[in-house]
Amino acid sequence: MIPEIGHFALILALCVALVQGILPIYGAAVGNSGLMAVAKPAARTQFLLVLTAFGCLAYAFADKDFSVLYVAATSNSQLPLHYRLAAIWGAHEGSLLLWTFILTIWMFAVTLFSSHLPEATRSRILGVMGLVSVGFLLFMLSVSNPFERLIPAAPDGRDLNPLLQDPGMVIHPPMLYMGYVGFSVAFAFAIAALLGGNLDAAWARWSRPWTTVAWCFLTVGIAMGSGWAYYELGWGGWWFWDPVENASFMPWLAGTALVHSLAVTDKRGGFKVWTVLLAIMAFSLSLLGTFLVRSGVLTSVHAFATDPKRGLFILVFLAIVIGGSLALYAWRAPKVGLGGSFAMLSREGMLLANNVLLVAAMGSVLLGTLYPLFLDALDLGKISVGPPYFDSVFVPLMVPAIFLMGIGPLAQWKKASVPDLAKRLKWAFGVSLVSALTLPIVLGNWTPLLSLGLLLAIWIVTTSAVGLRERLAHVNGNSLVERLASVPRSYWGMLVAHCGIAVFIVGVTMVKGFETEKDVRMNVGETASIGDYTFRFDGTQDVVGPNYTAARGTFHVSRDGRETTVLYPEKRRYPVQNQIMTEAAIDPGLLRDLYVSLGEPIDDGAWSVRLYHKPFIDWIWGGCFIMALGGALAISDRRYRLAWRKQEPAVPTPTRAARRKVA
Amino acid sequence: MNWVMLIILCVSGPAWAGEARPLTDDPVAEARLKHLAVELRCLVCQNQTLADSSAPLAEDLRREVREMIAKNMSDQEIIEFLVSRYGDFVLYRPPLKATTTLLWVGPFALMAIGATALVITLRRRSRTMVEVSVTDEEHRRVEQLLAEGEKRS
Amino acid sequence: MNRFLLPLSIFVVVVGFLGIGLTLNPREIPSPLVGKAIPDFSQPQLYDRAKVLSPADLKGKVWLLNFWASWCNGCKTEHPVLMELAKSGEVPIYGMDYKDQQDEAMTWLRRWGNPYPIVGVDEAGRVGINFGVYGVPETYVIDKQGVIRYKQIGPLTPDTVAKKIIPLVKQLESE
Repeated sequence: MIPEIGHFALILALCVALVQGILPIYGAAVGNSGLMAVAKPAARTQFLLVLTAFGCLAYAFADKDFSVLYVAATSNSQLPLHYRLAAIWGAHEGSLLLWTFILTIWMFAVTLFSSHLPEATRSRILGVMGLVSVGFLLFMLSVSNPFERLIPAAPDGRDLNPLLQDPGMVIHPPMLYMGYVGFSVAFAFAIAALLGGNLDAAWARWSRPWTTVAWCFLTVGIAMGSGWAYYELGWGGWWFWDPVENASFMPWLAGTALVHSLAVTDKRGGFKVWTVLLAIMAFSLSLLGTFLVRSGVLTSVHAFATDPKRGLFILVFLAIVIGGSLALYAWRAPKVGLGGSFAMLSREGMLLANNVLLVAAMGSVLLGTLYPLFLDALDLGKISVGPPYFDSVFVPLMVPAIFLMGIGPLAQWKKASVPDLAKRLKWAFGVSLVSALTLPIVLGNWTPLLSLGLLLAIWIVTTSAVGLRERLAHVNGNSLVERLASVPRSYWGMLVAHCGIAVFIVGVTMVKGFETEKDVRMNVGETASIGDYTFRFDGTQDVVGPNYTAARGTFHVSRDGRETTVLYPEKRRYPVQNQIMTEAAIDPGLLRDLYVSLGEPIDDGAWSVRLYHKPFIDWIWGGCFIMALGGALAISDRRYRLAWRKQEPAVPTPTRAARRKVA
Repeated sequence: MNWVMLIILCVSGPAWAGEARPLTDDPVAEARLKHLAVELRCLVCQNQTLADSSAPLAEDLRREVREMIAKNMSDQEIIEFLVSRYGDFVLYRPPLKATTTLLWVGPFALMAIGATALVITLRRRSRTMVEVSVTDEEHRRVEQLLAEGEKRS
Repeated sequence: MNRFLLPLSIFVVVVGFLGIGLTLNPREIPSPLVGKAIPDFSQPQLYDRAKVLSPADLKGKVWLLNFWASWCNGCKTEHPVLMELAKSGEVPIYGMDYKDQQDEAMTWLRRWGNPYPIVGVDEAGRVGINFGVYGVPETYVIDKQGVIRYKQIGPLTPDTVAKKIIPLVKQLESE
């Protein structure tokens, strides 16, 4: 019964989405207030309907209802409750429902926070989001129904893939989708602006917080995916340039470019057409990612079960949405006025250069990801494009971008002076260069890449310090604290986000430069050392989990004779899918991670063991979280809160009453 | 005295247990294998390197590579061996040939094209541009729109 | 106007490729050995360990080499097709038992039938690697000069046999 309610809710949601997609946009085109007013209630109704559907599916999972095909395929009676619920998005159909649900959450948010927008704009935004929703609902209802019944019901489910039975699974997809889907708001703003033929600075100011929030979520989502792969997959890696990873990284690159571009359009009125194109690109890449992951066109460990019918549907949907938006862009963009002019060497110029580099990087990732497909389609052979390619190509593109990151915030708008900049930056450059060249030697291993990485990271920090100091000098206030407090939050946001990147670069550079690995055979009582640490293997014992049995090893770790920690790596067997999983044991630390994973049992109690010492690896994800924090700081800036506070001015009562009558 | 030593050794237990042996007998060869295997593709996996895969074919191929290393074949010869049997698909670093020129040159071409387009657009713009930044008039209009928007909702 | 059409044009091209991509199999690895001389081998025969199976003995004939194993499901699917083809006498099919146990292989053939005049044993899988085998079953068509002319990845179907294998064999016979 409950699954049928969920199914019915989705059908109703589709009808509402159609109404929401068509009427308000038409109303905005002809100026019909009544039609435009449909948008808000339609969006809220859709949210409630999809929430209902989501709740019904959650109930089916919680209740172990194996008469629902999707539940039978991804769950099991032994699966603990929290993983049963996470299994909702464990496979294709459910993850689509999650996508749609998050889309309705964003729609609902737009209805709450858009009262300062002109009605036509808001109607168009909600209308566009409604049309996107139509696509996803139609997709689910036609070829990917999560509520499809299995008759007769299965006695038990096929279980969630053990790799997914992990806390990372609970958070990573929702965070990621909040990001992907969040870009639909910026996209909708851009389309609304193109439809309305009106792209003034206000549009950029309205878009900015939405885009930044989506960007923060995407940053966190990608970081979590990477961290999860690190501790779950057992080979110590954290990024493989796998097609699915790239599918999330490309929108992030476009989104980062968009956040910067919007800043310029907001403050200076420039780049309007380019910003619109970027907004379309960011969401298009999200949709393209959805296609790549589910169509079977590319091979990936992360790919969902594939089906050419589904692939075709998404491709057609993609063609309509993206093709339609780009056609609208080609038609309307030329009519948009140009922004202000500025010199090549100016803050605008540098931000544009940053955009060019980010978009070139995104294009390269796209090229590398799709190239095997291009060659195969043209019958020119089969190749693989993997980490060696992406690393070789991505780094050279990002180095100039990061270098510019130090100069841009200090450059003046409109026209900057090179000698002036050089003078202000010379000590920062000097300090960075010297430290970058000497630190690796001090730490024990000098390579050019190591120095380059450190140079970039230290450069970011020193130039940020210079920028902050200059800012403080121009600000009112008696004490340092007062002056720090009066620096606007958006500036802190930028500073923190940029320093987050520095932290990330330090993490990557140090790990790649100094990580060590050891493969040993260990008998009970034997020790092995890696770095300054000594690991003593104290045998294994059999343990039983809720839905697995395991051999759990005990490793006492010490340093300079003092015990640091005890690690318990496991080799688990999940009987339902008969899969063996290696659960690595990690001791995270600010300056290093210690990582132990059990290999295979050898004769009489001995095991093959892999030990890793990974310095600074947590700075990689730490840096990402700091970046997201910077984004959050930027949004919390007073200006945006003022705009919202403006929603309740003193409105004379007759007008209020009249308003109520119309609504 | 020997039996005293024997007793001491037996009683000391774990404190005396030795250093673990490396898993392989030839760490240098193993390092070479690792260096090669991270750039080779496991052919039967869903996108994994030869180094990380536990598939039977991957183990066979690692064994082959170890034997070739033991025969003192160069990296290039080992790669040649695998490519002549499995094609370029087995390499994660696509070789530079006619069909992959676009792939390797593309990113830098994109950067160059973008930079050129940027410079040209800015130059053209500064020649034909009239001062158009956000004027006071537009600021006032924004305020007006904001106020109007509230009235309507 | 044209620079505004650029994003759309690029997109159309990409969609075209993605559409073609839906019809392709990204995991299929075409063999670089097609058109090249057959890798040499000399493997013991399944039913007579003293004798060997070697391509040198088969020069001057057009023949098929079928890699199979008793643990392989696809081989079971393909087997009736091989039996039919063997019965028709169009072309001899030689088997290569890949990474298998001898007794299990013999039991399997006893149970499902033996289409092969000779079966070679590749216990370690080295011959497979030399042939670029990455899964079983895989079948190669070899001409009179000992050149590989075609590789079938995965099970042979009656359709493939009728449309690809038989015509190719006939053509090679006439050469």
